[in-house]
Amino acid sequence: MDFHSGRELLEICAKEQSPISEIMRRRECTLGERSRDVVDHQMAQVLDIMRSAATQPLKNPVSSMGGLIGGEAKKLWKHAARGKAVCGDVLLRAATYAVAVLEVNASMGLIVAAPTAGSAGVVPGLLLALQDCYKISDDRLADGLFNAGAVGYLAMRNATVSGAVGGCQAEIGVAAAMAASAAVELMGGTPEQCLEAASTVLMNMLGLVCDPVGGLVEYPCQKRNAAGAANALLAAEFCLSGISQLIPFDEMLDTMYAVGRRMPLELRETALGGCAVTPSACERCGGCV
Amino acid sequence: MSFISVFDVLGPNMIGPSSSHTAGAAVIAFMAHKMIAPPLKKVDFTLYGSFSRTYRGHGTDRALLGGIMGFGADDVRIRNSFQIAAERGLAYSFTPRDSGDDTHPNTVDIRMENAGGQVMTVRGESLGGGKVRISRINGVSVDFTGDYSTVIVVQQDKPGVVAHITKVLSDRNVNIAFMRLFREVKGRTAYTIVESDGRFPEGIEEPLADNPNVQDVMIIEL
Repeated sequence: MDFHSGRELLEICAKEQSPISEIMRRRECTLGERSRDVVDHQMAQVLDIMRSAATQPLKNPVSSMGGLIGGEAKKLWKHAARGKAVCGDVLLRAATYAVAVLEVNASMGLIVAAPTAGSAGVVPGLLLALQDCYKISDDRLADGLFNAGAVGYLAMRNATVSGAVGGCQAEIGVAAAMAASAAVELMGGTPEQCLEAASTVLMNMLGLVCDPVGGLVEYPCQKRNAAGAANALLAAEFCLSGISQLIPFDEMLDTMYAVGRRMPLELRETALGGCAVTPSACERCGGCV
Repeated sequence: MSFISVFDVLGPNMIGPSSSHTAGAAVIAFMAHKMIAPPLKKVDFTLYGSFSRTYRGHGTDRALLGGIMGFGADDVRIRNSFQIAAERGLAYSFTPRDSGDDTHPNTVDIRMENAGGQVMTVRGESLGGGKVRISRINGVSVDFTGDYSTVIVVQQDKPGVVAHITKVLSDRNVNIAFMRLFREVKGRTAYTIVESDGRFPEGIEEPLADNPNVQDVMIIEL
């Protein structure tokens, strides 16, 4: 059991009458020659690490290696508790968890790349927020991770998830596409709606450049993870409401890749353009890398 | 693994902040530490390309030192590896250097010295996403990734050694995925590198080393 495009994935889902998560799980068992129990156990570990990274900084903030971030998750958490938040509960939680994961990452803590370290906050942020607000079980959350994995696999296979190759749209853009697809499945959407949500995210984040201040995975990466979660939620909402997406996922993935390859070198993780070369960032960074 | 697994997408599980500059660095050093008999006394890292410019902010130095002490890329001790190295009496240094044009952007040369005075040098490249390549051992160009179980046979470049290696492996039912021989000069030291899908049987080093032209056998399994 394998698939090489979103279209093929949807065909298999229809034929097997199964959600994307189930197809991806079976693919893992078949190609990896491992039992369902072993694969599920490993995914449970992934979820454990994600949860730990998303929640630790809420109480115990840590400063990053480069000193550009630290403590943002706790601030958001306390702000939410004051009841004056402008975002809804799901979005605020997703953003809080997402920035927390990046805080852990930037301070040399343990995270799960999803699909990269710099975009590691989006998928856990959104899934854990949904779990909080809709009382979703860990087993169902693992389904969400398999679903997200299917989208990420297609991006790795048919495009890129490297900021150095395709900009931030390929890292956080893909992470958000993964999260959106997972969210749709967890909230009862169809496989078609999942990939439409993923496509919508790629469309809405198309062209986003990778411009890390000081060349470090801190800023603007952390805030963009939260923005990725917001994009994912919006795309999921569109699709769950029945709004159609004109451009299929496979075409959108190709487009994202084509745009990424046309980005100038300065805007692909080199810290030679974008936010990285603003006067304030340069002053804070204190020396070119 | 030869397919893109869901755990390649949701993974690696790693100490941040960067899969290439932190996790990859740890993996390279971890592989290097498998190539020399413990205990290590001294290790010198020479950093090239992007490694040389951003190693502090990415914790590349801590990751390399952790890897050399046997910590995996997901080992939280990496953050404290300077302190742990000091406790273990392991001397270390980091030297950033301008690289030549042919050097991969994220490259490190590792020079290890153990308590017995043995010296070993390894060059590794971090390819992104935590994937790595070992490209040089003791100055000889090699090429392997650690994605598979790997055995490295250090040998005198003489007839019959490769036949000996394949016989030992086939007798123990090891399925070879890739096998290559690397050497610099005819008749001198050569490296046979065998990669296999599964893990090697326990204690396979001994029969592999049981040949007059085999100098050393190293197993690298991540």
